[in-house]
Amino acid sequence: MSFEKSRDLSYRVRRHTLDMTSRGGTAHIGSIFSMADIIAVLYADVMCHDPHNPQMPERDRMILSKGHAGAGIYAVLAECGYFPTEELMTHCQNGSRLSGHVSHKGVPGVEASTGSLGQGMPMAMGMAMAAKMNGQGHTVFCIIGDGECDEGAIWESALIANQYRLDNFIVTIDFNKIQSLTSVENTIQLEPLDQKWATFGWHVIRVDGHDHAALHAAYAEALAARGKGKPIVIVADTVKGKGVSFMENDVLWHYRTARGDEFNAAVKELEAQQP
Amino acid sequence: MRDTFTRCLEQEAARNPDLVLVTGDLGFGVLFPFMKAYPNRFINAGISEQAMMSMAAGMALEGKTVVVYSIGNFPTLRCLEQIRNCCAYHEVKVKIVCVGAGFVYGTLGMTHHATEDMSALRLLPGVTVYAPADAVQTEAMMQRFLTEPGVAYLRIGRGGEPVLSDPDTLAGYQTGKAVPYQDGTDAYILTAGGILPSAVGAAKLLAEAGYSIGVASFPTVKPMDEAYLAELCGKVKVLITLEEHTIVGGFGGAVCEAVSGFADNRARVVRLGMRDVYSSIVGNQEYLVKHYGLDSASVAASVQAVLEGKA
Repeated sequence: MSFEKSRDLSYRVRRHTLDMTSRGGTAHIGSIFSMADIIAVLYADVMCHDPHNPQMPERDRMILSKGHAGAGIYAVLAECGYFPTEELMTHCQNGSRLSGHVSHKGVPGVEASTGSLGQGMPMAMGMAMAAKMNGQGHTVFCIIGDGECDEGAIWESALIANQYRLDNFIVTIDFNKIQSLTSVENTIQLEPLDQKWATFGWHVIRVDGHDHAALHAAYAEALAARGKGKPIVIVADTVKGKGVSFMENDVLWHYRTARGDEFNAAVKELEAQQP
Repeated sequence: MRDTFTRCLEQEAARNPDLVLVTGDLGFGVLFPFMKAYPNRFINAGISEQAMMSMAAGMALEGKTVVVYSIGNFPTLRCLEQIRNCCAYHEVKVKIVCVGAGFVYGTLGMTHHATEDMSALRLLPGVTVYAPADAVQTEAMMQRFLTEPGVAYLRIGRGGEPVLSDPDTLAGYQTGKAVPYQDGTDAYILTAGGILPSAVGAAKLLAEAGYSIGVASFPTVKPMDEAYLAELCGKVKVLITLEEHTIVGGFGGAVCEAVSGFADNRARVVRLGMRDVYSSIVGNQEYLVKHYGLDSASVAASVQAVLEGKA
């Protein structure tokens, strides 16, 4: 398989979000690019969802806990057909419904508003808990950031999800190794991250978060692990700013907005990668 | 109040199969009947209030009515932002219960004094705040607390509070309504929560001194019963608010905000409560209430000083 659909979607997400953040003068393009392949794989090939019926009871749920990368979710939803891609250009504009941190208010396909770190994951866990209580078969997906793992509520949730055997709950960590001011290593060390989650009782999968074949395999393993008594975490090794050479692995692009020559250079690099 | 709460909770659970009880590892003994009757609708989230509150929101987004139970400041200040972002903003049915209002856990120290919770919860849009005075008031508003849309906060004592409310008066209680206890012509003492007996006692002492003091309790602090306040403002020149809680932004603050908006208002509002301090005094509820001037004799003295123009 060549994973054309997810590759094309990840390109479109990067291309849209570069425009969105540039036009909006907003931050977090590095954080969006690091998870672009993950959300593309999820929405293109893994999750059960219907853009024409966003509230379909049997849909899989997806909560972006690292809400600052919300532009990525808006882009992927628009590309899937939840709303017109033209609306993406209103991102962070006055009067828009597309705020910088992801909002569910009036936006079809967004399950919950996040942005304050450490809150989306326990919300998603509550959705997984409710699904268990209701005897529903859908899966709850959640993406958290690595810096977000500094939040105590992430680890509270890790303990609770294990206690209640939430094996319908798949968390993906966008492990891009850079947070707001500097590297994760120089902020609050997380490694060995996969071992930490394993000792918390989770089924752990580690994957290259930009390799579509590997991501598909990881989610296939995760879906196969449902019903086996453990919550599932995918530690995705990613590159902050992935896709634009001068943004990659540079903390500057947590906050910086591409404008002028930088914007044009980024567009050129991305378009050269178009599948 | 606590036993009334659990009894009413179990009754509502029998009616509503989507009602779920979540505790932050508290409620020993108290919650056992619910746990036994509804083991599949009981979650002990452990001592992790932040995750617990967000989790409750997630469950409620899936259609559950989630009652979150804890004590003191743990289900409020500890997870205030989760209440704001995850619960209130998402307009979900999360019902937060704090046992231990004011100085109920007095001897345990300031960490267990719930003396700023009403202020904190009251300021969040979309959160209804209940502070019943006794078991009768608790029973009267429980149905609404558990079934009305959105987030609600219930602040109750541990149990054994004197019952002053009349069940017939409270029948069919509507959220946001004050409950008059007795009429007066010189001043009214307005209360929220279990401190009502101090107001009634103070009014009695003041009657002996020749004053006619009205008393009313407010089982709902938000929304405030502005119509009733407006009525009182046309009737007396002094409203005394009394709460086992800080006077900053709590019940008294809410009354001030309402009254300040009335045109032609001639009533002065005097707030009695904790005067912007933490308590580091060791003592039980009765001792601390007295220490901070919230017992009947102290309240009577404060009111008399106001009426005589000395305060």
